Amino acid sequence: MKMPTPDAGIISRRREIVERLRAIVPGEGVIVDEDELRAYECDGLTAYRQPPLVVVLPSTTAQVSQVLKACKEMGVKVVPRGAGTSLSGGALPLADGILLGLGKFNRILEIDYDNRCVVAQPGVTNLGISNAVAHKGFYYAPDPSSQIACTIGGNIAENSGGVHCLKYGLTTNNVLGVEMVLMDGTILRLGGRHLEAGGYDLMGIVTGSEGLLGVVTEVTVRILKKPATARAVLLGFPTNEQAGDCVAAIIAAGIIPGGMEMMDKPAIHAAEDFVHANYPLDVEALLIVELDGPPAEVDYLIGTVEAIAKDKGAVYARVSNSEEERLVFWAGRKAAFPAVGRISPDYYCMDGTIPRKKLPLVLQRMRELSEKHGLRVANVFHAGDGNLHPLILYDANNPGELERAEEFGNDILRLCVDVGGVLTGEHGVGVEKRDLMTHQFAEADLKQQQRLKCAFDPDGLLNPGKVFPELHRCAELGRLHVSGNKLPFPDIPRF
Amino acid sequence: MTITTFKPDTAAQLADSVQWALSNGEPLEVLGTGTKRRLGRPVQAAYALDLSGMSGVVAYEPEELVLTVRAGTPLADVLPMLAERRQHFAFEPQDLGPLYGLPAGGGTVGGMLAAGLTGPRRIQAGSARDHFLGVEGVSGRGEIYKGGGKVVKNVTGYDMPKLMAGSMGTLTAMTEVTLKVLPAPEDVRTLVLVGKDDAEAVRALTAALQSPHEVSGAAHLPAGVAARSGVAARLGGAATCIRLEGFGPSVAARVAALTEELGADAVLERDESLALWREIRDVAFFVQPAERLVWKLSVPPSEGPRVAAAIRETAEADLYFDWGGGLLWVAAEPGDADIRDCLDGTGGHATLIRAPDDVRASVPVYHPQPEPLAALAARVKESFDPKRLLNPGRLYAGV
Repeated sequence: MKMPTPDAGIISRRREIVERLRAIVPGEGVIVDEDELRAYECDGLTAYRQPPLVVVLPSTTAQVSQVLKACKEMGVKVVPRGAGTSLSGGALPLADGILLGLGKFNRILEIDYDNRCVVAQPGVTNLGISNAVAHKGFYYAPDPSSQIACTIGGNIAENSGGVHCLKYGLTTNNVLGVEMVLMDGTILRLGGRHLEAGGYDLMGIVTGSEGLLGVVTEVTVRILKKPATARAVLLGFPTNEQAGDCVAAIIAAGIIPGGMEMMDKPAIHAAEDFVHANYPLDVEALLIVELDGPPAEVDYLIGTVEAIAKDKGAVYARVSNSEEERLVFWAGRKAAFPAVGRISPDYYCMDGTIPRKKLPLVLQRMRELSEKHGLRVANVFHAGDGNLHPLILYDANNPGELERAEEFGNDILRLCVDVGGVLTGEHGVGVEKRDLMTHQFAEADLKQQQRLKCAFDPDGLLNPGKVFPELHRCAELGRLHVSGNKLPFPDIPRF
Repeated sequence: MTITTFKPDTAAQLADSVQWALSNGEPLEVLGTGTKRRLGRPVQAAYALDLSGMSGVVAYEPEELVLTVRAGTPLADVLPMLAERRQHFAFEPQDLGPLYGLPAGGGTVGGMLAAGLTGPRRIQAGSARDHFLGVEGVSGRGEIYKGGGKVVKNVTGYDMPKLMAGSMGTLTAMTEVTLKVLPAPEDVRTLVLVGKDDAEAVRALTAALQSPHEVSGAAHLPAGVAARSGVAARLGGAATCIRLEGFGPSVAARVAALTEELGADAVLERDESLALWREIRDVAFFVQPAERLVWKLSVPPSEGPRVAAAIRETAEADLYFDWGGGLLWVAAEPGDADIRDCLDGTGGHATLIRAPDDVRASVPVYHPQPEPLAALAARVKESFDPKRLLNPGRLYAGV
């Protein structure tokens, strides 16, 4: 993975940069000690590490604005960071850039039940929002598996999902407003507590922009009343194909479950060995279908789902009859990653989305790739929305195995695109999938996206080296190539 | 004032048309079937791009919850096709044809998305932008490009479709769009509380929306507006309407529970519910008199009654509430005071949905933005359309 070549000129000006930052953020808010910097050298994608030039931890929007403005003036690159849980290297530091940590923005500013929203600083954790409103029976719907640690600001940057997003949406569908700071220090408000922001949907672009467009300093998110009840059903199938058919049939019956997860045989076994959820071990595919809502609805739909599953060849079906049992069903799925971590020294988690009907084909090809690369793979799958999480098992202590795992992962992601899907469903592109972007997008597509970045950050100082495989200067991107001055097929006037 | 129309059949022909416009510096009015020409600021252009030739379903896969169509595909073709598989666009797109003096049932999928119009189900299912997954089109640079994807869950690159939703054709002439489609509810009922004033009504709607009963419509029609409804008039007073949708047994259980919690003066059955929410969605109460100005105000729901009171104080206006109080539809007389003054301090905004051309050329149709935001919007426009050729001025003067 090649990052932009560090600018030796910037590195040599470190002392001046630190002084300038200390004038804005006093005391411990500017970190220069090498050992302390090391704590920030990577995020959840631990294969890549790079201590930043300096770490800055501002605590007010005004400080963020001044830091960005100063960095723009000095031509210094900035990498924003929440809790550093990104699985795609979105917060990987730069040797010649400052790391802007938002950890001190950790307060919930207002809970507004009448307008069903929470206003929070970006460093508040995802679960922190749900916990703050739980006593009134409310919650914040997107629930990435890192929700204990990941921040709401990071969720905005990555447009995070979770197991319930088929029914309740990703982050982008649950954000009402943001306050953000542009690279030149401009402070903007997009949206608010009303349901429809005016003008261009800039909030829609900022959400999922992986820290390339601005730094979010305040967030307003929608909260929902908790469903009256939730029950889950475990369904085992002799083939992946039948499990896939069952998922399609459930959706064709008009049912959008609160969660619908699938695990393949290696994942089932790893999870069962770890948490003893009593999963069946003689099936090829296991589905967890969770239905939530009013009790009358859940009871009715559980029956419907069971009937569909039987019709599609399920050889195992068990319905949760208590909240404890429902949580046990989920325990195995939620522990799938650490469970796989137990059977292999290292694992590499992928995140592509495919049209669901391609699942049998994709799993078959993945088995072939597994043989080709000589590495095992276990699959967990957000089955409702086609978001696949293959876990590639490897041992980083064996020379060359990490590289093989990465190559295997790249093959899987290319396969996802080739069958009509996309490189990433919820983890983001970051540095991890950056160089695969040309497999999904043509040059014109990527250049238009980069022109959009130019509108926010014309000097390309915010989080460079992420998302886009090739960096272009905005002046070059803006150049027009005009051809054709012949009038094309003039039609007769119609209006 | 359009005098010549280009009607391309392919993206390549469309790109040629925009390239021609670029080399001649000629702005273009971007059109589907022209049903929303009276929405937005009037476009000054001698040439039009008619995209209605680019029509047809590319892929409809109900089990994948995904629909891909060419942008000029008529809604009249698409909606029945979805209904046949018991699916729909969950954001409940408005049909504003009659409000503009046109027949109902017109318009294209591309126009629906470009206008970003969303119905009462916004409170539960989100708006047009939330269901817009992928786009292909031609930028004002005359370049064909695509953004987003054709699957329901995707975070690869910037979410370009979001930016297209509501952009009124000012960034890109869209050629192909991919949308999320969802199961249509099997059944629907509406609880109606009669005779409440605005503040009491919004309190009741808030209580309903704070309940776990999955309310999918929350509107309040003050008495004068309710009297114009083909459904609510017979109830004889202001009508506070709460919609519950879903599977039969579930709707029945929730109707019973919510009736118990809030009381209800009437419960509308399926057909009456469908008719009532169609009226609310399409602003049917304000179709006549046609010379009245129609405004749409988006405010924090709890501020709705206060804004309504301010409007009533200054204008001879009729109004009603949707989105639990967060959306106000206002019909005002042409000489009325500026409705926007009534939004002070709410953080909300107002759009002039219907007005004569001369009014829309002088009064900002979309809410004026604070300077830094307006400057950013202009830079975003420029990143797609540096010569400002696509629907120039439709959204904001100079954009």
